[in-house]
Order: sequence, then structure tokens, then C-alpha cells
Amino acid sequence: MSIPADLKYTPSHEWVRVEADGTLTVGITHHAQDLLGDMVFIENPAAGRTLAKGEECAVVESVKAATDVYAPVAGEVIAANGDVEASPESVNQDAYAAWMFKMKPANPADVNELLDAAAYQKLVESEAH
Amino acid sequence: MLKHTPLNATHRELGAKMVDFGGWDMPVNYGSQIEEHHTVRSGCGLFDVSHMLPLDIRGANVRAFLRRLVANNVDKLQVSGKALYSCMLNEAGGVIDDLIIYFMDESWFRLVVNAGTAEKDLAWMEKQNADWGMGLTLTPRRDLAMIAIQGPDATRVLNEALPGVDQITGNLKPFNAAAMGEMFIARTGYTGEDGFEVMVLAKSAPFFWKALMEAGGKPIGLGARDTLRLEAGMNLYGQDMDETTSPLESGLAWTVDLKTERDFVGRKALESSEVTKQLAGLLLLDKGVLRSHQKVLTKNGDGEVTSGTFSPTMQQSIALARIPLGIAPGEEVEVEIRDKKLKAKVVKYPFVRNGKVLI
Repeated sequence: MSIPADLKYTPSHEWVRVEADGTLTVGITHHAQDLLGDMVFIENPAAGRTLAKGEECAVVESVKAATDVYAPVAGEVIAANGDVEASPESVNQDAYAAWMFKMKPANPADVNELLDAAAYQKLVESEAH
Repeated sequence: MLKHTPLNATHRELGAKMVDFGGWDMPVNYGSQIEEHHTVRSGCGLFDVSHMLPLDIRGANVRAFLRRLVANNVDKLQVSGKALYSCMLNEAGGVIDDLIIYFMDESWFRLVVNAGTAEKDLAWMEKQNADWGMGLTLTPRRDLAMIAIQGPDATRVLNEALPGVDQITGNLKPFNAAAMGEMFIARTGYTGEDGFEVMVLAKSAPFFWKALMEAGGKPIGLGARDTLRLEAGMNLYGQDMDETTSPLESGLAWTVDLKTERDFVGRKALESSEVTKQLAGLLLLDKGVLRSHQKVLTKNGDGEVTSGTFSPTMQQSIALARIPLGIAPGEEVEVEIRDKKLKAKVVKYPFVRNGKVLI
């Protein structure tokens, strides 16, 4: 599956979409869900929670394993997606549609430090070897 | 360098996700682990279990050897083809391995041992063979492949893949086996469903696997094998018991024969040690997933999850846990998951058998 060119990425396999209003929508990548396998449990951060960059803020569990999701940048959680918590398998079906939470970055320029699609593609390829 | 089973190329052709499974390059799934799980509960699944080791023991004293070697009593095996599940213990009463023993005739028993323990098992058995002056021949059968055919549709699939085999499968009772030349068909499994474990010569395995698929069997990875066995309440060596745990504290007392006077390795240790723990089933009442090594808090002290997963059949998390005695089915305990204490109910396992939820 291709890596959407319009998104930003983290080395820990989160994707980030910068919305028109400057808020960020966050999920885990197709590659991440493929490594984990069938999702069975997702726990999102509560709206209002303040996150430091790299802070463990959500949990995704597949049949196989549990893994943490990290805040891509510092900021405040403004919404969590209850639908993915109710249907964790939606992350397997379309990882880029099944967003987990939205946040308001503390510093909008921080998103520039995230990986672009080409850099993320390289990372995925290097992990495959 | 990872070890390959005779079906390695077949798995790759089928697009399996391969993982390092205790030194073996094995398929963890061929797509969705949960779908594979449901296939075995409702249809027929095929597993490559060739990493496990069949081991033939031959000689005049083989029954006497096994009487002493393992904790269950091989004298329960009197009809050719009958199988017995047993632990092989060390002197301290810890579990070296759990294995299946097939009685073929008085000079031939076949054992099937776990992949990860195969070399250790073989060394242990050879040592006892020498120390006890048994004069037996132990032959590891790496020239055989083993395919498990499991699920309510398993008999039909096997019969269709091997025309004429119904003469054997039709009469084979659960936990019995029959040999046909180098082919060995056992009505056994690790899923809680009806089915077979069939050993064939390694070179015949890819062809046999294809025939089983053409008959409607679906390939199943080791991921689903684990959720299936856990729902079926079957122990996994290395997780639910090992060399440091007693079978009597691992839910395996039913496999330890203490009724007869028979002297077997580990018996003295078992009889002189106090049993303070039990293996219990847990059903998570809160949302989350039980995993091995999570701490279990009970009114009688702490315990530990030995195997935990999300049950695809029950759509809920289940586990086996070693907890103090005196906690009965129906009681609630707490499990520490990350920074939370979640509620779980102690239940009698198995959780699922023959497609039906028993809890």
C-alpha cells in the first residue's frame, strides 16, 4: 500500500494530517497495523489532556501484542475517536481513515520536524532489511 | 540461520507473514489471524507443525523406560495406536517438556515433543537410556513433516484429499493413531476441535498440503494456533509451565499418575512439596487484553498471568493464570495492566470446545 503524500509521519509509525485550521489528526500507519495484525483494543487519550512530544498517549492492542502510540508533537488533545475504540478492526481496514485523536499543537512549526512521505518510506524499507 | 520446515516454500507462495518462532521460520498468519481462528472453529484449518519433533523409541524395554521417564502412566496404553499426554519431569519435579506418546507395539513407541525443547529432550532421554541400561534406540524423525487438519470439516477434507483414507479415519477414535507405511494419522490436535495430525515423509508434504487445500482446508498460522489452544484451555510449554514449575501447580495434575506405586523421575519431589498454587482461567470483565506476566491480585496473595489473549470466539480477553489456592471459580480478582487495575473473573476452563463457548 502506498504511503499518502499529503501526510506527515513519525519514526514510531504515527501519521499526522495538518488540517486547514492548524489542528493535527493522528493515527497509526498502514505499516504499523500490518506489523501488529488484527486489532482488538484501542484506548485513546481524553480530550483536554496536554501532551509532551513523544509522550505515550494511546494504546493499540492486536491479538498478538500491545503497543504504545506517542504524541507526534507537544500540544493538547481536542478530540478522540470513539469509533475506532468501538471498532478497532477499522484500523486494519484503512489505517489512514481510522484516525485516533486530534490535537492542537503547542507550536505549529513543530510539524516541520516530522517525516514526509518519502522519508517515512525509506524508514519502512530500512526496517524490512 | 533459521530452520525451515519442508513446507517453507509453500507458506511463502501463499503470502504468509513469516516470523522467527524459536529458531524456526514459521507462518504467523496468511492474512487475518482472527479470520483464521474462526475458520478452524467453523470449517477446516491446516497447520504446518513440522517444527515439532517425532521421535521413535525402539527396543525390548521401551515400556519399562517410559514408565520411569514420564509422569503419566504408559500402562494406560494397551491398544496399538493409543495416545497419552504426559509431562517429562526433572528430579526436582519441574517440567522438562510436555509430550504425546503413541503406543505402536511393545518394541515401538512414538513420541512427539516440542520444537524448542527437542534437543534438550533428546539429550535427557539418551542419558536416562544409558544410565538405566535400557539399550533402546532413539530416532529423531526429521525426515517427517507434520500437518494438523483441524475443525468440524476436518474429516471430510482429509478423506477428500486422500481417497481411501476413510477406512482409517472412519474408525479412529479421539486420541488414537494409525500408521500406514510412513504415513501416520492421529486424531489429535491443539485447537479444541475435532481433527487430525498427520505425519508424512518430508518430500511428500507440499503435495499433500496442496491436496488438502484443494479439498477446502485453509492455511492457518501459528498466531491463530495460540488463540485456539488458549480458548481450548491447553497449556503451552515455556509459558504455562517450565522446568521451574510443578505440573501440580500448572493445571496438569490429571496427567500425573500417583495412584500406582510406579517410580518415575520427579515423583519424590512432587510428593514432598506442598502445592500452594493453581492454574485458573480468567475472564477480563473490563476492557483490555490480558497478557502473560501481568500481576494478578487476589485475596490470598498475588499471582501471574501465564498466557493471555483476546478470544476471537468470545470477543473478550481470556487468560490462564497461576494464582494462590483457595480462589474459586466465580470469584473476582484484579489484574494490573499498565497503570490500571482491571477486574477479572476466575472461571473453570476450557473456555471453548467444539465451537461452543463453555463459560
